Amino acid sequence: MQVSAPNSPPAFSPQETVSRVLLRDYQQTPDTVSVYLLDSRQHDSPITYRNLFERSLAFALRLEQAGIQPGAVVILILPHSADLICAFFGAILAGAIPSIMPFLTEKLSPDQYRSSLSALFEITRPAVTITYPEFLEEVLRARGEQRLPKEIIVAENIPTPLDNDFQRLPGLLADPDHIVLLQHSSGTTGLQKGVALSHRSVFNQLNSYSRAIRITSEDVIVSWLPLYHDMGLIAGFLMPILMRIPLVLMSPFDWVRAPARLLRAISDHRGTLCWLPNFAYNFCAQKIRDRDLEGVDLSSWRAVINCSEPMHWSSHQMFLERFSPYGLRPQALATSYAMAENVFAVTQGGITSPVVVENIHQRALFDNQRAELSNDADLSIEMVSAGQPIANTSLRVIDSNGKLLPDRQIGEIAIRSDCLLTGYYNRPDLTEKAFIDGWYQTGDLGYLANGELFVTGRKKDLIIVGGKNIYPQDLERLASDVEGVHPGRVVAFGVFNEAAGTEEVVIVAEVDDLQPGIRQLTADKLRQHITRNSDIALRYAHIVEHGWLLKTSSGKIARAANRDKFIAEIKPTA
Amino acid sequence: MQQEIIQTLITYITTQILKQPGRQIAPAEALISSGLIDSFSLVDLALFIEDNFGAHIDDTELNADTFDTLEQLAALIQGRQ
Repeated sequence: MQVSAPNSPPAFSPQETVSRVLLRDYQQTPDTVSVYLLDSRQHDSPITYRNLFERSLAFALRLEQAGIQPGAVVILILPHSADLICAFFGAILAGAIPSIMPFLTEKLSPDQYRSSLSALFEITRPAVTITYPEFLEEVLRARGEQRLPKEIIVAENIPTPLDNDFQRLPGLLADPDHIVLLQHSSGTTGLQKGVALSHRSVFNQLNSYSRAIRITSEDVIVSWLPLYHDMGLIAGFLMPILMRIPLVLMSPFDWVRAPARLLRAISDHRGTLCWLPNFAYNFCAQKIRDRDLEGVDLSSWRAVINCSEPMHWSSHQMFLERFSPYGLRPQALATSYAMAENVFAVTQGGITSPVVVENIHQRALFDNQRAELSNDADLSIEMVSAGQPIANTSLRVIDSNGKLLPDRQIGEIAIRSDCLLTGYYNRPDLTEKAFIDGWYQTGDLGYLANGELFVTGRKKDLIIVGGKNIYPQDLERLASDVEGVHPGRVVAFGVFNEAAGTEEVVIVAEVDDLQPGIRQLTADKLRQHITRNSDIALRYAHIVEHGWLLKTSSGKIARAANRDKFIAEIKPTA
Repeated sequence: MQQEIIQTLITYITTQILKQPGRQIAPAEALISSGLIDSFSLVDLALFIEDNFGAHIDDTELNADTFDTLEQLAALIQGRQ
């Protein structure tokens, strides 16, 4: 089955580039506020298009001073701040390619962060890194013997230029097919796969996606999402700024400590659009007290879009039940299927009609890979549609031989669009592998029914925790650093936690010494090592005797089989 | 009194956050900077403390600078009861 949406008249011309749009905004609407940046006390600092352009220009000139060449990569390691925003656009104005890296948090071990940075530097070969003074030491150490990046810029005391001689900036001469940014996912594996996107792809996505969600000048976007992830970077950052939609932006660090701030911000700024990963629905519904919602009015909220990890109807219901007394409307619940490789969205559900939810026969799903409708609630599972493809995007579901599958048959999702990645940066091998006949093979599994896409799982053993993609092989490699844990005798996988609305990470390790004290100590060390050296907190560190783990005939650890065994034997409690 | 608070916190953290009921936590062991308590669980901890000890911890205080060990946390709670 294959579906396509009709082409749409573009809002941005096919010749558009990010620098030219920024310049136009600066010239036409200098005093309009582009971003309301919220701090941890909920005070906001408004950033106008004039502030944005002038400060970005300062970064661009500083980069030129550092001898940056057009097309060079600039890595940004900055906390959620005006500097991060302006360093990003400054790099683009200078004709360079920015890539935002997560900032080192207090739980992460500096050693591990440094080795992640080294892995990133090795593949992307950045010319410059922009960071904060307190972080300079880490970056200096990570660049190692190759001395890449050559230049490190500290984002303070960057002078605002006196003469605005910006017309000659290389960014303004950029070709629409030039790469405008790189986006990485986390972990050693993710950092070696930078998704390179062109100006053209970004604007094609904005044209199609803004239409799919019916954007108008009345909209206000509110986001707490990190900018190193596609959902935050595109929906919660580039789209509003480039389309002159006001953006209310808070830090993920502040949101996770006080989720009510998101709702308060929507109420205060009359927010209309917000994107959330599935777990955030549960998190907001469960962890906000009534007193933190006093006076909150959510009636302006026209769409809350579930995206970036498996969607659960129970999470939507929980969210609606909790916030409908504050004005949240049921028709605001929306869904999307998105990936960095397509800039962002592939499909959109909701918005103009309610999100489609189906009851699917559970046995037929597992036994025959078919999604058959069922009337028996006990034997069925609820599947939430991710909606229909956005304009100029086609998707199809294929079997392992690349053959098209009929409606309701589960297979791999492949996409073709006018906004696909240029390639994985400096990895032509990976780029080639990802495409078959111009179709990008997503690695996600799903089915189509009446033109709607339902995502059911993943082909690869990827774990998605709170919207973050985690590669199990990275965790297994880390686990093997722990004394008593050996490579090939440890497995990492995710287990869905209904209460949390997301997957939780489990590591099962075989050890030789099974004395209770040693067992406990190894579990502790494992938990601590993984938590400090990765982007996730390890929930279950499970120590077993030799011979527990199931292996394939070729002697490799079978992740899915061990996951099933873990659930059957040690069913985790929510 | 501080001992009781610490014991109640240990029970809560090991059973509800770590899901490892047998785990012991030393009063001076780092909780936040070590990653033992992840950021998603900090709100839970603050709500638990408010419900059980009547002490409010502001979200801006949920970091290792304000408290990183059970001892420090118990002292903070006592100071606010």
